[in-house]
Amino acid sequence: MSSAVLPGSATPKARQITTNPRTSDKVFRGVVTSFGFSALVLLTLIGIFLAVRGFQTFSTEGFHFVTGFKWDVSTDEAGKITYDMGIGAMLVGTVLVSTVALIVGVPLSVSVALFLTFYAPARIKTLLVSVVDLMASFPSVLFGLWGFFVLMPMATYWAKLIYKYLHWIPIFSAPQPYFERSPFIAGLVLAIMIIPIVTSVSREVFAQTPLDRVQAAYALGATKWGMIRAVVLPFGSSGVVGGAMLGLGRAFGETVAVYTILNLVFRPNWHVLFGAGGNIASLIILKWGEATGLETKALLAAGFILFLMTLVVNMAANFIVSRTLKSGK
Amino acid sequence: MSTTEVKPLRPWAITPKQMIPSALIFSGSFFITLLVLAFTPLKGKLAFVVFFFLFSSLANTIYSVRKRGRKALGETVAASLIFGGSLIVFLPVFSILFTTVRKGVAGLHLTLFSQSMANASFLDPVGKGGLLHALIGTLYLILIAMIISVPMGIMTALYLTEIKGPGSRFIQFIVQAMSGVPSVVAGLFIFSAIILTTPIKASALAGAFALAILMIPTVTRTSQEVLLLVPSDLREAGLAMGATQWRTVATIVVPAARNGLITATILGVARIAGETAPLIFTLGGADKINLNPFKDYNSALPFYVWKGLSLGTPESIARAWSGILVLIVLVLSLFIAARTLGTQKMKK
Repeated sequence: MSSAVLPGSATPKARQITTNPRTSDKVFRGVVTSFGFSALVLLTLIGIFLAVRGFQTFSTEGFHFVTGFKWDVSTDEAGKITYDMGIGAMLVGTVLVSTVALIVGVPLSVSVALFLTFYAPARIKTLLVSVVDLMASFPSVLFGLWGFFVLMPMATYWAKLIYKYLHWIPIFSAPQPYFERSPFIAGLVLAIMIIPIVTSVSREVFAQTPLDRVQAAYALGATKWGMIRAVVLPFGSSGVVGGAMLGLGRAFGETVAVYTILNLVFRPNWHVLFGAGGNIASLIILKWGEATGLETKALLAAGFILFLMTLVVNMAANFIVSRTLKSGK
Repeated sequence: MSTTEVKPLRPWAITPKQMIPSALIFSGSFFITLLVLAFTPLKGKLAFVVFFFLFSSLANTIYSVRKRGRKALGETVAASLIFGGSLIVFLPVFSILFTTVRKGVAGLHLTLFSQSMANASFLDPVGKGGLLHALIGTLYLILIAMIISVPMGIMTALYLTEIKGPGSRFIQFIVQAMSGVPSVVAGLFIFSAIILTTPIKASALAGAFALAILMIPTVTRTSQEVLLLVPSDLREAGLAMGATQWRTVATIVVPAARNGLITATILGVARIAGETAPLIFTLGGADKINLNPFKDYNSALPFYVWKGLSLGTPESIARAWSGILVLIVLVLSLFIAARTLGTQKMKK
């Protein structure tokens, strides 16, 4: 049966078939693509602006800016300002505080992730996942306040205990018995701040463990922990490393909480328990109010170095995490 | 013939009889810990927690080894370590919430939401002044940051999910890198790129620019996840009906993902509402109400808290606590809104 053609209507002219997108699609794709690349533009602009503003510092201070320990800006009688600026002590402090945060935070995060993925009953699990997410959305100034007024009195006591029994280990010794506002306490607060991100990445990776391998382990008679040790941890370990590096990036850049707790001293200090430390982000906040001229530029240069550090750590972390997640599929 | 109701059996469920040993173990270790604390020089909450944990895991391990053999040793030790670690993580959350409420409520007073600090100082007794100026400033910041970053974030997500252009993997990488930009760097960037070079000076607008940089990656990543959840059948149906890609995305994909996109926006706002560091460079910090977001210094809740904290007197710190209470209520309600929207979507 042929298709009914209404009387009086002409056969419509055949449409031209083309693979060229319509104008509306061209505009749409163009606009969306340009927005897509805006992130790249922004990131490049951040790097360029901070580098250009800080360039003068790099050229006058040279490599000394990274290795120097002093931060002196003095004006002599003639009104000539001399600068001696170096962020070496702050770099050492940043690494120290972040290391404490990782050493404390990562094992805890892994245990929470394991608990949530393999041990917790379903109902408790959803609740606790929300709590971890909520922890991530606490403002950093709140961590600063809580760390200073609630955690510090307790943590000072813990620091004294550690010092009393372990002071023969070089890193736990202290030149003077002053334990408040130490890198140890700042590291503890940072540990709490990085736990949500490390936990959620680890959880995501653990959940991607191939089910056949899990079931194979159980079928061979493995206990739960035996299964985790034989299947989950080998599979997820690189993802945990990636998550820890994401946490490290966060710890590098954390400003307000660390500034509130840490006692900034322009001298390299490796004694974790001793109340003197450094942190690049906190240095910027500390000196910002009174900085003028070249000092402001030096702070922008310090910001540039911080930006580079976090960028490198983050990119490596994302690379590791995405590779692990892909290998499970 | 009548049908008999068969109750589903749950042979794996824990019977009361099985609970007796664990109850005994925990109460036993509790009393032993109390005894140890009473008769040795060890004192304090820390010692109690440590010893209680030690004794209970030890007793638990011995019990399961006796019952199930040596295989159970590693199993029980690992389980108690994992459980203890999780407990340590969740304690600070409750401590933080509890302290905020307890100290924040002490600083609440009648004029807190109706006055600014224009005629009061942070050092005055707590009853004077209020944080209306900071609340208005925060609302401006959130609004402007939303106007900038929501279109940018959603458009970037559309690029990554709908267009899937040649650069999309690279852009994905860049967006992830951008979400790691420290907030202090975002503030410094806006200071050097906008405040130093353009006529825009420290104001709510400049602050919102800095916050937008932090918000864009959050919005992008969440929107992307949501857009990926839209079934590709819907897209194909649209295209099969002869719609252009633009029509498909605008009338089918985006409406289907609407709730999720709102969730993405809310999560983005929650991300930036408490940011302090970028505002130090870009907001100026005012003590009176400034209704013009484009000109002159403004304030914000985190900035108010920051100021109270850095002045360091009992009165100013009490103000800081009440400020953080208001802020956390704001963040919490955003968080709950995002959750409810998120679960609603899943139920459909």
